[in-house]
Amino acid sequence: MAATETMTLNMGPQHPSTHGVLRLILELDGEVIVKVTPHIGFLHRGIEKLSEYRTYHQILPLTDRLDYLAPMSNNLGYILAVEKLMAVEVPDRAETIRIIMAELTRLESHLVWIACHALDIGAMTVFIYAFRERETVMEIYELISGARMTSNFFRVGGLSQDVPDEFVKKVSDFIDVMPGYLDQYEGLLTTNPIWLKRTVGNGVISAEDAIDIGLTGPALRGSGVDWDLRRDNPYSGYEKYQFKVPTGENCDTFDRYKVRLIEMREACKIVRQALDRLKPGPVLADCPQVCYPPKENVYNSIEGLIHHFKIASEGFPAPEGEVYQGVEAPKGELGFYIVSDGGNKPERLRIRPPSFVNLQAIEQMSVGSMIADLVAVIGTLDIVLGEIDR
Amino acid sequence: MAENNRAVLKLKEKFAASIIDVVEFRGEVTVTVAKSAIIEVLSFLKHSLTYNLLTDLTAVDYLGKKEERFMMVYQLYSIPNKDRLRIKTPVAETDCIIPTATTVWKTANWLEREVFDLFGINFTGHPDLRRILMTDDWIGHPLRKDYPLQGPDREPYKGRLS
Amino acid sequence: MGVDNPLGDNVITTSLDLLVNWSRKSSIWPMTFGLACCAIEMMATGASHNDLDRFGIIFRASPRQSDCIIIAGTVTKKMLPVIMTVYEQMPEPKWVIAMGACACSGGIFDTYSVVQGIDEALPVDVYIPGCPPRPEALLFGLLKLQDKIMKERNSFGNAIGLGERYIPEAA
Repeated sequence: MAATETMTLNMGPQHPSTHGVLRLILELDGEVIVKVTPHIGFLHRGIEKLSEYRTYHQILPLTDRLDYLAPMSNNLGYILAVEKLMAVEVPDRAETIRIIMAELTRLESHLVWIACHALDIGAMTVFIYAFRERETVMEIYELISGARMTSNFFRVGGLSQDVPDEFVKKVSDFIDVMPGYLDQYEGLLTTNPIWLKRTVGNGVISAEDAIDIGLTGPALRGSGVDWDLRRDNPYSGYEKYQFKVPTGENCDTFDRYKVRLIEMREACKIVRQALDRLKPGPVLADCPQVCYPPKENVYNSIEGLIHHFKIASEGFPAPEGEVYQGVEAPKGELGFYIVSDGGNKPERLRIRPPSFVNLQAIEQMSVGSMIADLVAVIGTLDIVLGEIDR
Repeated sequence: MAENNRAVLKLKEKFAASIIDVVEFRGEVTVTVAKSAIIEVLSFLKHSLTYNLLTDLTAVDYLGKKEERFMMVYQLYSIPNKDRLRIKTPVAETDCIIPTATTVWKTANWLEREVFDLFGINFTGHPDLRRILMTDDWIGHPLRKDYPLQGPDREPYKGRLS
Repeated sequence: MGVDNPLGDNVITTSLDLLVNWSRKSSIWPMTFGLACCAIEMMATGASHNDLDRFGIIFRASPRQSDCIIIAGTVTKKMLPVIMTVYEQMPEPKWVIAMGACACSGGIFDTYSVVQGIDEALPVDVYIPGCPPRPEALLFGLLKLQDKIMKERNSFGNAIGLGERYIPEAA
C-alpha cells in the first residue's frame, strides 16, 4: 500500500467566498477535510478600545460598523444597554419605529445572506434578485437617516428625528411585495436538486453540541433549539407582537436555510403589526440630562444650543455599575456589556459578537466533508468579519 | 432581589466561603467569587442550575482603581429558565493566570484566546492558547489601560494644524 | 442584408496610444477584494441596480487576471502584507482605487491596529470619500479612473517594450 499524506491548503484572506477577510488553513486528505484552523483578526480595528475614549453618544457611529449588514440592530443593542444603564424610558413611537427598522434590518441582512450563500454554491440568479430587494431597504434607510448603510439613526432615549411622512407607505409597499419575492427565491432554491444536494446533510451539528459551542440565532434554531431573545427576554416592546419562532429538525444547512426564510416572513408580519401600532407622538424621551434637545430648540434658542453643545462635547455622566443587554440580531445574540465608573465614558465596552462565537463551530461542522462543502458551511453560519474582529 | 435569586441562594449554600460579593444593578445579578473556586462554581451552575449557555467571557482592566487589576467576567444564560447570571472573579496582575473554562464550555476556547491576546491573562489547561486577533509577533496587549490607543509608536491625530 | 454599415468603407485614423488607452479603459477588470463595509456597497454597485458590467467592468477573483484593485474598507496592520502580495501579483498596467474614508486616511479608526490610509503602501490613483461611498460615488470614481487612463501617453510603445509609460499626475 502506498504511503499517503495530508495536504495543507490556505484559503483566504483574499477569497471570494470567505465573506470578507477570513483565512482558513485546511488540512486535506484528498478532497476530504481533516482539520480546519480559522485565522481571524484581519479586520481588527480596535472598536472596544476606541470606545473607552469616546462619550456614550459618540460610540453609536462605531456600532454601525460592527455588523455592517445590520447596522440598525447594532445601534439598537447598544442604545438599549445605555438606556438600561441610565434608566431612560423611551416613548412608544420611538420603540415602534425601532422595531420596524430592526426587522427591516433583519430582512436586509438575510437578503445579503441568501444572495451570498446561493452565489457561493453556484446559484447566481438569487444574488441579482436579492440585491434588487435590498436596494429598497437601503432606500428606506436613506429616507429616514440620510445614509444607505451606516445609518446612525437611533439615539439614547429615542430617535435622532421623526420619520418623514412617506415612510409608512414605503415600508408598507415593501412588506406587501416581499413575501412574493421570497416565494420567488424559494422557487429557485427549495426544490432545486442541486441546491438540495449541496445543503441537505451538510454541516450537521446537534443541539447539545450547538449549545456547548455557544451558537445563537438562526444557527442554533436550525438545530432545533426553540429559543429567541425577542420572545423569551423581550426588549424594546417585542412582547406586544405576535410572531412564530421557526426551528429546524435535521440540524443541517438546509434546515438553517428554511429557518432564515421563515424568519424573513415573520419579520414582514412584525413590521405590519408595528405599522398598525404606529401612533403620532414624541420620538425622544423627556430626559434633558441624557438626550439631545429637539432640533427646533437648537436652532431657535440659546439654551437649546448650549444644551446641544454640552451633550455633544461632554456627553453625560453615567451611574457607576455594569449592565449587559443582549438583542436578537440577525446573526444571533448580540450583547453589549458596559462597565461604568461614573464618568462620561465607559470604563469598558464589551461587544459580544454572534459571528465570533458561531464561527467556532466551523471545525465541527466541516471536518469529514468535502472541501466544496466548506463554502456552504461558511455561508450557512452567516458570518460578518466586521463584528468578529471588531 | 438579589438574595432571592435562585442561583444566589444555591451558591451561598454551597460555596459560602468563596463568594466575595453579590450585587444587583438594574435587575442584573452579579456574583463575585474567588479565583480558586471559579471552575467549580461555573461547573455547578452549568450542571445543577441549567445555566447551559456561556454567552460571553471577557475581562476588565481596573488599573489603579482596584487592588486586583483584572476582573474576569462570565455571562451565563439558562435556555430552559431564560435568565441571566454574571459571575466575576478578580485576577491580580502579579499572578495573571486563571484556570480555563474550556473544560466546562467549548465556547470559552476562542473567548479566552481573545482575553489572552488583548489583556495578557493566561489560562492554565487551555488547549490552544495563541493570539487570535493580533498578529503572532505583536508586542503588548491592546486592551490594557496602559496601552496607548494609537499604539506605542504613533502620536494621536490632533487635527489639521494649517 | 446583414449588418448595416453606417460608416461606409472608410478608414479611421487614430493614434495607437488612443486605441490602447480606449481598450484599457473600456475593460477595467477589478479584483474581488472586499475588506469591510465598503465591500458591501461595491457588491451593490456590481449587482442589479447599478450594474457595473455596462462599463466593461467585470470582477475577477484572481489578481493575475485583473488590472485594478479597489481597496474597499479598513486596512489593518495584519491585512497590509496580504494586500501587498495581491497587488504585486497583478500584471502591469495596474491601478489602485482607495474606496471610503478608511482606505483614504484611516477614517474614524485612529487606533493601534489600523493603517492610516492605504497610500502609505500603494500608489493610489483615485480616492473616493464617504463612509461608505454610495454606489454612485464608486461609479464616479471609476469614471475618473477611465479619464485618467485616457490621458496616459506612450502606452502602446510601453506595451511593445519601447520606453516608459507616461502617467499623468491627476485626472
